[in-house]
Amino acid sequence: MEFLYLIATIGLVLGLKYMGDPAKAVLGNLVAAISVALALIGVAVNSYGPETGVLNIVLVIAVLTAAIIIGRLMAMRVPMTGMPQLVSLLNGFGGLAAVVISLLEGIAHPIGDDMRTAGGLLILSAVFGGVAFTGSLVAHSKLEGKKLPRARLRHKIAARLVLATMVVLFVAYLVWPSALMPFGTLLVVMAVLSLVYGALFTLPIGGADMPVLLCFLVALHGVVAILAGLFFQDPVMLIGGVLVGAIGSLLTVAMSKAMNRTLRSVLAGVIKRDNSAGGREQDIRPISAAETASLLAFSRQVAIIPGYGMAVSQAQGVCQEMQVMLERMGATVHYIIHPVAGRMPGHMNVLLAEANVDYDQILAMEDVNDVMDRYDAVLVIGANDVVNPAAETDASSSIFGMPIIRAYAAKQVIVLKRGMATGYSGEMNLLFDRANCRLLFGDARSSLRAIIDELKRI
Amino acid sequence: MEFTYHITGIDGLFILAMSLLLGFEVIKNVPAVLHTPLMSGANAISGIILFGGLIQLMRTPPDHYWVLLFSSIAVLLGAINIAGGFFVTHRMLSMFQVNKKKDVKK
Repeated sequence: MEFLYLIATIGLVLGLKYMGDPAKAVLGNLVAAISVALALIGVAVNSYGPETGVLNIVLVIAVLTAAIIIGRLMAMRVPMTGMPQLVSLLNGFGGLAAVVISLLEGIAHPIGDDMRTAGGLLILSAVFGGVAFTGSLVAHSKLEGKKLPRARLRHKIAARLVLATMVVLFVAYLVWPSALMPFGTLLVVMAVLSLVYGALFTLPIGGADMPVLLCFLVALHGVVAILAGLFFQDPVMLIGGVLVGAIGSLLTVAMSKAMNRTLRSVLAGVIKRDNSAGGREQDIRPISAAETASLLAFSRQVAIIPGYGMAVSQAQGVCQEMQVMLERMGATVHYIIHPVAGRMPGHMNVLLAEANVDYDQILAMEDVNDVMDRYDAVLVIGANDVVNPAAETDASSSIFGMPIIRAYAAKQVIVLKRGMATGYSGEMNLLFDRANCRLLFGDARSSLRAIIDELKRI
Repeated sequence: MEFTYHITGIDGLFILAMSLLLGFEVIKNVPAVLHTPLMSGANAISGIILFGGLIQLMRTPPDHYWVLLFSSIAVLLGAINIAGGFFVTHRMLSMFQVNKKKDVKK
């Protein structure tokens, strides 16, 4: 059994390492999954004791089978646009599991005052689990676009108060255990407070900041696994938790950087608003689908910059169709992806992969930004802030300093847009003022369809 | 066969420190393409919190119905987290894979 555990631990690390390599990622996922299954068997066999009856074993097998079936159904049904929702929902499940486990452990096996380390670990894992649970549920509803109560100042104040109460209770426990209340009661109180806190603290976080929040919640869940690993003295849980925590926090930092936000301002729910150029009339030059098509037909180098707007109107497939047509006409087509395109890190890559876009046609912002002038035409589909030159030129803009794709440097830019609404930042897009930029109004999907029809005629 | 692998406080801290360093090293240079699968994979792994519930479920005498019920729920939730996470990660990664095979044919 020790060996089973050793293999599982090594497998987890190797699996994650492979998952960072495009060529081995599928294998990596498999290795990680098998490792978890092995460790699961190890834990089950090891905890077989004199009190274990047939009922226990039947329950374990039944519950695990049910979970695999439910998990598989959820995984197969979700559309790729719904990936962030699924991840947040699953993360929430895990958080709730942590709360239930901690409560059971604390109530069923009372922890004496002399075991403050164990008690503290248990409380912390319940608290972090609780925050991860309700936090993930709020994130899930926000991603689904459900109406939630508007965040007000009093939510933030309430969140601070709840947090302060939890800190005071926790410190009090460490100094004078059982002075205020017995351990079991304290655990329940802390768990309830953490559930409230999780909801209060995620409520004011803006929809545009969901990628950061999601990474943060995953990291938080990793911390729960670390705490539980220390409590149950289980090395696989500990190492697994550390790896998850590392991935979550690295991605959190990467995302905040790409959005030009500090993690603190995201978590504090600060939404930057200020408008230097507000109200100014912009000089817009519209373009028709027919003109766009002829322009594209004469371009050798075409770049497509997709944003979440493209996914919303389900235009990936049509876009890929157009790309194939252009290639048949002799053009080279690239997709350029901004790190925060989509609703979670790397989301746009998944959406394009689903639409059968070839892996090597997808370029990252950093790779092409210096050679944008080689593109004869750049098509911006459903993206806004990530191509706004204000980030580079207008120091008073709220997005100033954010890395952007330098679409403006291309010979011709065509922006597919539903209307004149601004992006998430609320900033006016200075790109539209540029002489080489024209706007094609309409739903992305129907606009692309119209371009394809026109291309067929050429 | 007696399972003897128990970690004491200081062992735990050693493992924690080493695996922290290892963790950051392992995933430092992941390309953006793989961020979503990596995240859903990590999310799946975080479901191993269910091990705690599994220990409880195995060690509870069969007449403690409430404990059995709640630990079953915990294990169920954790296991859905794991299974769903790995399945969906596999689904995403296979899509990348299909595209690559197509390249080879070209």
